[in-house]
Amino acid sequence: MVNQAISPLLQIVDLCVSVEDQQILKGVNLTVNAGEVHAIMGPNGSGKSTLANSLAGRPEYSVVSGEVLYRGEDLLALEPEDRARRGLFLAFQYPMELPGVRAWQFLKAAVDAKRQHNGEEEMSAREFDQFLKDKVSQVDIDPELSRRNVNEGFSGGEKKRNEILQMAMLEPDLALLDETDSGLDIDALRIVSEGVNKLRNPSNAVVLVTHYQRILNYITPDFVHVLVDGRIVRSGGADLAHELEEKGYDWIREMVS
Amino acid sequence: MSTQKIISRNTSSDDLASDYKWGFTIDIEEDAAPKGLNEDIVRLISAKKEEPEWLLEWRLKAFRHWMRQNFEEPSWAHLSHPVIDFQDIHYYAAPKTKEDGPKSLDEVDPELIEAFNKLGIPLDEQKKMTGVAVDAVLDSVSVATTYQDMLEKSGIIFCSMSEAVKNHPELVRKYLGSVVPYTDNFYASLNSAVFSDGSFAYIPKGVRCPIELMTYFRINAEESGQFERTLIVAEEASYVSYLEGCTAPMRKSTQLHAAVVELIALDDAEIKYSTLQNWFPGDKEGVGGVYNFVTKRGKAAGRNSKISWTQVETGSAITWKYPSVVLQGDNSVGEFYSVALVNNYQQADTGTKMIHIGKNTKSTIVAKGISAGKAENTYRGLVKINASANGAKNFTQCDSLLIGDQCGAHTVPYIEVKNPTAQMEHEATTSKVSDDQLFYCQQRGIGVEDAHYMIINGFCRGIFQELPFEFAMEASQLLKVSLEGTVG
Repeated sequence: MVNQAISPLLQIVDLCVSVEDQQILKGVNLTVNAGEVHAIMGPNGSGKSTLANSLAGRPEYSVVSGEVLYRGEDLLALEPEDRARRGLFLAFQYPMELPGVRAWQFLKAAVDAKRQHNGEEEMSAREFDQFLKDKVSQVDIDPELSRRNVNEGFSGGEKKRNEILQMAMLEPDLALLDETDSGLDIDALRIVSEGVNKLRNPSNAVVLVTHYQRILNYITPDFVHVLVDGRIVRSGGADLAHELEEKGYDWIREMVS
Repeated sequence: MSTQKIISRNTSSDDLASDYKWGFTIDIEEDAAPKGLNEDIVRLISAKKEEPEWLLEWRLKAFRHWMRQNFEEPSWAHLSHPVIDFQDIHYYAAPKTKEDGPKSLDEVDPELIEAFNKLGIPLDEQKKMTGVAVDAVLDSVSVATTYQDMLEKSGIIFCSMSEAVKNHPELVRKYLGSVVPYTDNFYASLNSAVFSDGSFAYIPKGVRCPIELMTYFRINAEESGQFERTLIVAEEASYVSYLEGCTAPMRKSTQLHAAVVELIALDDAEIKYSTLQNWFPGDKEGVGGVYNFVTKRGKAAGRNSKISWTQVETGSAITWKYPSVVLQGDNSVGEFYSVALVNNYQQADTGTKMIHIGKNTKSTIVAKGISAGKAENTYRGLVKINASANGAKNFTQCDSLLIGDQCGAHTVPYIEVKNPTAQMEHEATTSKVSDDQLFYCQQRGIGVEDAHYMIINGFCRGIFQELPFEFAMEASQLLKVSLEGTVG
């Protein structure tokens, strides 16, 4: 399983990424250790989602230069599915609908892929049923969601909750939450946040990308980083988020210019 | 020529090996008819099959009608192929004898064996389908007859068309051509003139057929055009589920296949007809493959009768096929559920016709087209509500899925309504397997290829649900085999 001897969990060194020939990330440095929660904040277009998606290996995000080590291994050399099987999870800002694909089947394929990677047997249908049931109650999600087709006809809030269920099923070592709070009402935000909190443990880490401080009332970060124009311009503790909320992103922009 | 094997889904592979019981016993030397078609060939076919005079006459009428069409095959479909030289085809060739066939699977094209293995076809069945001589198993023919006995006890007739002509001529004479007359279309005329064999099923009044009837089309390594003729009659309040499987890919040059299937359902009767079609699609460059020009039609003749077609079409270089229902009886129901997958240079122009004549008749059409490679896929369907059809209803849904950017999907619905009380619904969508969907699956650890199959299977879900369970598994597997190397 997790090799906790290797530290840090994630090390990003001078990462530059472009999308459609436009450079978005211009040298990001970040180190994440097991047990930590990092919040990446920043104004629209600063590169927050680009960071999360390029770590997951989304094809349209091309890495221009830089290095990312995940448990000491070159993350960027791995296919997206291999990153996932090694415990990297991205909660999507816009989860995709897979018409006709049963959530049960999808989740089982995902769980089995990871187990296979770890040299474990595929789960039996009965085992998996129980496992799914446990996770559904753990993250307090409507069991109906797992009986439907993957995200098909789901509301925005249901899709986000479904992401948290998937995260619970896959028990990632590194969870990247890409604006998981956007478009959620207070109740949904609470359920999603509680879900994330329940999944936290000393051997995993969360990198939470958000525009607003709101979700940080529920998930307390150890570190807050402010991303402006493709660079982390300031890092601090949870207080930094409050300061940002008060003074706005213009304050940071002025400070760094 | 194909010899046809009639088995049930529960038949064991030993039963399958008893194939030669149904085969021809005519000496192959005497049976080598020259290429081309004329009245003498039609007479020869009829004579070899020892047919009664009325059937020969019917064949000859069909032949003369076909000749009057001056080799002008229908050209309205969205298909393109070189002109077929109908005089360059063998219309009668005896099946190969056991001695000519491969002696063991070692002599069979390894690619074919690999395909069988992927489909999970048992070894004995593989031998049977590749025409391997299986003398040792041939001796144990008793099991196959068990099923025949069971069917016969309930009064069900299930046999080859040739046998039906011999043993039940009155039934064949009454119904043959009653749904698809020999004048129907170019290929139906041709089939009527030269049909080789096929299946015949008759379900008597009030009988619910206890097993799923199944035909397996076996293709010999070297032969001519395939002209099967199938006829199913369901008497009042009877039920039958019929499966037609051609899961053996054929490895050969371009070949014509022109079959006719007729179904008749009387009052309160139901016929469910499912097809898995996987004839050889040609190679990746579009060389070879089967030209599949098939006429399938059912007549829901009785009150409250129901005819349901379910097809999964993944094979053939060209598919031209419109399984249809004539809804003649009041309250009768017609259904068409279809998945048509084309890859490489395959072309499919397929759909259905629902002809509403009786009152309160109801039809449902769900067609799913999948296109990959450089293939072209057309849904073509007619819904016709006659003036007599008060309260008729139709629901049509056509969905197309594109894989890659060099294939095509087309939807051509025809609607003719002559009764103002009709209710029509039509939905159509076209979508692609998007990079975002694939990435979503990959991010959950699912590889690109598996992700494709998962999404494609999801797209076909509604159709696969209509298939008997094992057939659905096979269908899903077929899609996978057909797309291999295209995705991922």
